[in-house]
Amino acid sequence: MLPILAKLFIYGVLFLSLVAALGVVLLPNIFHAALCLVGTLLGIAALYLALQAEFIAVVQVLLYVGAVMTLVIFAIMLTHRIGDMTIPQTNKQSLPACLALFAFVVLIGGLLLKTDWSILVGTGGSVASVNPPVDTFMLGKALLGEYVFPFEVVSVILIAGLIGAIVVARKD
Amino acid sequence: MIFLDQIFVNSKKAILNLASAFLPTDAILIVSALISIGAIAAFGPFTMMYLTWFERKLVGRIQNRIGPNRVGIFGLLQPIADGIKMLTKEDIVPAGADKVVHFLAPVVVVIPALLVFSVVPFGRNMVAIDLNIGLLFFLAVSAMTTIAIFMGSWASRNKFSLLGGMRTVAQLVSYEVPMVLAAVPAILASGSLSTVDIVEAQGGWNGLKWFVFTPWGFVGFLMFYLCGVAECNRTPFDIPEAESEIVAGFHTEYSGMKFALWYMAEFMSVFTISALTATLYLGGYQGPWLPSWAWFMIKTYALVFVMMWFRGTLPRLRVDQMMGLAWKFLLPLTLINILVTGLWYFTSGLGLRLGLSIGILLVSSWVLVLFNRPYMPEKRVYEFAE
Repeated sequence: MLPILAKLFIYGVLFLSLVAALGVVLLPNIFHAALCLVGTLLGIAALYLALQAEFIAVVQVLLYVGAVMTLVIFAIMLTHRIGDMTIPQTNKQSLPACLALFAFVVLIGGLLLKTDWSILVGTGGSVASVNPPVDTFMLGKALLGEYVFPFEVVSVILIAGLIGAIVVARKD
Repeated sequence: MIFLDQIFVNSKKAILNLASAFLPTDAILIVSALISIGAIAAFGPFTMMYLTWFERKLVGRIQNRIGPNRVGIFGLLQPIADGIKMLTKEDIVPAGADKVVHFLAPVVVVIPALLVFSVVPFGRNMVAIDLNIGLLFFLAVSAMTTIAIFMGSWASRNKFSLLGGMRTVAQLVSYEVPMVLAAVPAILASGSLSTVDIVEAQGGWNGLKWFVFTPWGFVGFLMFYLCGVAECNRTPFDIPEAESEIVAGFHTEYSGMKFALWYMAEFMSVFTISALTATLYLGGYQGPWLPSWAWFMIKTYALVFVMMWFRGTLPRLRVDQMMGLAWKFLLPLTLINILVTGLWYFTSGLGLRLGLSIGILLVSSWVLVLFNRPYMPEKRVYEFAE
């Protein structure tokens, strides 16, 4: 009974996050759209949690809901009177855009169905269809051991981006 | 001793044993979760009610008053009277307000404040969920409060509310960074993100090997606690709800039960932040002689007491002072503190360890204070004016 309940629950959460995602693109008020985006991001965090990737889920909440969305809301508030307006989110190009999106979904869906999602486990190359547990400990070891070079490259690129943003934005 | 220590754990087990006689195994899991949820859902609001009483009584004594003393002995029934008053008050929604968001905000703000209770270790074996990323969960979920506060302030369509909301966001975003970094030394020393493991790592010396007794632990404790006070929007960091400047900030337009919900969230986070500080640096439930949950409550309430003491004695900081403290003093010092923790673990010999870490911390904080000295123009001497 429990697995069914858990499945029902997670499908409910995913449905709600899809509704919130629709709200992001359809609501006329930009602040409401931002709040819907928060809902979507929380729904995605719940999806990660259901896939037993707690670390990714919590980091999703910490970074996207805690930091990125706060900055988005800040940007909305600091933009002159944009929070008060109701702006239609569609224009004449919405029909072609929908068609293009549909084509993209078909493409991605085809790829998803073709991919073999089984995961290699063990040294002998034996194929097992179980998910390996994503352990925070293993994740940390991998990031600072085997993948330390890409990790450091990413941090250097991020710092370059930060400094670049300050240099571009500075007026003098 | 062990009987008293495990009394709550054993009573839960007894209820589960009783239930397992006539319920299937799946239902027992649900019942077990429901007992934990019920305990937290009852404990959170109850704590909030009596923290309001405690604060009024304590601030009253600090100001040479008696505080609430009419309802019940020592005013002990005052929170219940307040609750009834809040429930019967008219619920006013401003005409220009965004009705849905205005209603949702106080509801949303209580959720993270209650959720974080689930990873707080109240005593030995007394944690609702022992997540292996418990600390990260706590920090992530408590960061969600910002959005709820901002929802409330924006939906009120009131300039004071909006100003309060902007101040809240600025303050919380600034203090989030040093808060996370100030927690890192405890994680380094215990090698785990789980709150239970962090407490267990402080168990030596007859339950007195708390991190606060090391130099880095002491500095980390002070910084984490300060950032925690700022995260709860409490004096001296109560700029978001400064009564004398912007009426009451984000909850200006709230009345009745919605207002009570804002207060509930604030007081529950006062409790949880104190609990987390106690967990990280004061050894959580570790301690000699007394049962583990008693130690936890003593430490947490001591920290809550200090917060109320701040409220009674310290004036409010200015915005620039507050931002300067976070970015120019706490942030560099937390980074240095992480370094010192690493040094502590890779040097041997008590004298070398103590000397090195205390030396680095003293010198760096002195240098930071020196760099942060406010600009004071030289005193003018009017030579010919006399």
